[in-house]
Amino acid sequence: MNKREFLKGLILFFPAGGILRAIAEEAAAKETTAKATDKKASGSAESKGYDPADHYYGMGIEIDKCIGCNRCVEACKVENNVPDLPFFFRTWVERYVIKWDGEVLVEDISIKDRKSKASAQEDRDVVRSFFVPKLCNHCANPPCVQVCPVGATFSTKDGVVLVDSKRCVGCRYCIQACPYGARYLHPVTRTADKCTFCYHRVVKGLLPACAEVCPTRARIFGDLKSKASRLMRFTRMNKIHVLKPALNSEPKVYYAQLDGEVR
Amino acid sequence: MSPDRVAAMYELLEQVTGYIYPNEIEVHWGILVVVYPYVTGVVAGAFILASLVKVFNIKEVQPTYRLSLLTALAFLLVAPLPLLLHLGRPERFYEIILTPNPSSAMAMFGFVYAWYLMGILLLEIWFEYRRDLVVMARRERPPLSWVYRALSLYSTDLSEAALAFDRKAIKVITVIGIPSAFLLHGYVGFIFGSVKANPWWASVLMPIEFLMSAIVSGIALVIFLYMVLWGLRRQPIDMACLDKITSYLFYAVIVDFAVEALDFIHRLYQSEESVKILGKLITHKLFMSLFVLQILLGMIIPLGILVLAKLRKLGDDLRKMIYFTAAILIQVGIFSMRWNVVIGGQLFSKSFRGLMAYKMEVMGIEGLITALGALVLPFIVLIVLIRLLPTTRLGEVESPTA
Repeated sequence: MNKREFLKGLILFFPAGGILRAIAEEAAAKETTAKATDKKASGSAESKGYDPADHYYGMGIEIDKCIGCNRCVEACKVENNVPDLPFFFRTWVERYVIKWDGEVLVEDISIKDRKSKASAQEDRDVVRSFFVPKLCNHCANPPCVQVCPVGATFSTKDGVVLVDSKRCVGCRYCIQACPYGARYLHPVTRTADKCTFCYHRVVKGLLPACAEVCPTRARIFGDLKSKASRLMRFTRMNKIHVLKPALNSEPKVYYAQLDGEVR
Repeated sequence: MSPDRVAAMYELLEQVTGYIYPNEIEVHWGILVVVYPYVTGVVAGAFILASLVKVFNIKEVQPTYRLSLLTALAFLLVAPLPLLLHLGRPERFYEIILTPNPSSAMAMFGFVYAWYLMGILLLEIWFEYRRDLVVMARRERPPLSWVYRALSLYSTDLSEAALAFDRKAIKVITVIGIPSAFLLHGYVGFIFGSVKANPWWASVLMPIEFLMSAIVSGIALVIFLYMVLWGLRRQPIDMACLDKITSYLFYAVIVDFAVEALDFIHRLYQSEESVKILGKLITHKLFMSLFVLQILLGMIIPLGILVLAKLRKLGDDLRKMIYFTAAILIQVGIFSMRWNVVIGGQLFSKSFRGLMAYKMEVMGIEGLITALGALVLPFIVLIVLIRLLPTTRLGEVESPTA
């Protein structure tokens, strides 16, 4: 090899090497993140033998039990570092007031600093009124997962829809695709964010923060694969319904006593 | 989070009417996502115009053939920019190409884009210009001759057989290019049309609407550029060419109008759950941009004056003026259409109970200045391209065929 050929080779070698390394790193990164999420899934409970394939999580909500105390919303914000502003919620509570003339007043009671419009209603004008806690429905056929261009949002084996904030590019297609308004762009990470069913707690055998603090047990978290779970009992004891069933997203948040006005 | 943004969001909260889900306060796809389909639309439309010459042998349109191709290229080169800038984490954009999610329409962007740029447009332009590049490489002095040599990929063959091959190649590429242009813009429509959660977007007609409006905007822009450029160069405008293109423009606007009207009537007649909130949306939030800008200024008036120009045998100068006005009005209309789809689809709550507001940033990265930049940039790219690549074949006298 003469000097000229050697130099030529050198010029080609470095950029090519750089590209190959980047590709190798990318491939390796995928492997490790997959493992890391698995590990997270098993977490410290690995010793207890947590296997995601053994579970399939959902939540039941008994509307008649919700008293609109907002403790679930506050617990969620603290537990998950949700920005303490009225524009970002992983879970929130809506109040419905349905009047004699058919008018429906809906209000998000989790937005504290808004003046209540519905509270001034005269009792005699009201036909029925109730609270509806909302959160990510962890759909079995999730439109958000379908549209994510980079696969940053995904369904786990145990039936939870999660976002990998290290992979999300912040295109917000998932936010557009979610029929329930459950997602927001986290203002700090600039990536999509939403309810995780408190996955970090669930894999340790704990309840999601919202279900943990609910004073009336209006939120029932449980495992659809276990016949003995509280959730399965809830679905046996109640007529249940899901939000926007016509969209075929197959939500796994089940409502008892859900009113037709709720969307 | 900056206090300014928090204040801006509180301001938006005040403008909400009815009930919206709390996370819906932000309009996530802003002005940049309006610019993106507008820019790709021009690409597809200009290419379709160019293909009229090569595939359908419409000789009258020949004077604008190269201009159409270069316009398509200039806009295609800029098209990814608004998309990139609107990402929350633009530095991770390459993931869309490296690890695309096969079920995501958006993930196909990289493939559709790369195919169209490298498989179609650059290839066709290269074959079209190969002869001229070889000639110019010989004629010009360094360093320009080096540039042309490199652009011609060091080919030197000017034999009749080689030129015949060029012509054949262009024809084949154009034939593949037409469905590809349809794919490029139909796909953009699909991104919106497939969102079942959003009744303003979810429509099987959306790709067709995007495609037709793309053809309209592309043709109108080439007319505009043709008249401006030839005017600046003090070259005579070929009226036979102009009459022909504007009649294609006229038919394209009619089809576009018909498809959009069909969609509108269909929604109104089906009167689904969302019809009330969509009615409020168009009367409260989109009245100006939909009825005035898109339909009246962008469709009805251009159609009217084009009919006038065709029916009354008006003089050349008057016709030119009418065509020029129509081309500009149509651009306004198509841009408004993109606005109405993209922004309009985010101004009502998915609870179907309330409307939100959009306040465009001016300075921010997703603001007005950036959007204007992304709209002006293709023209700058086009000027460079035209400087480098002549819009008429070398050695051909540029004169009206009529």
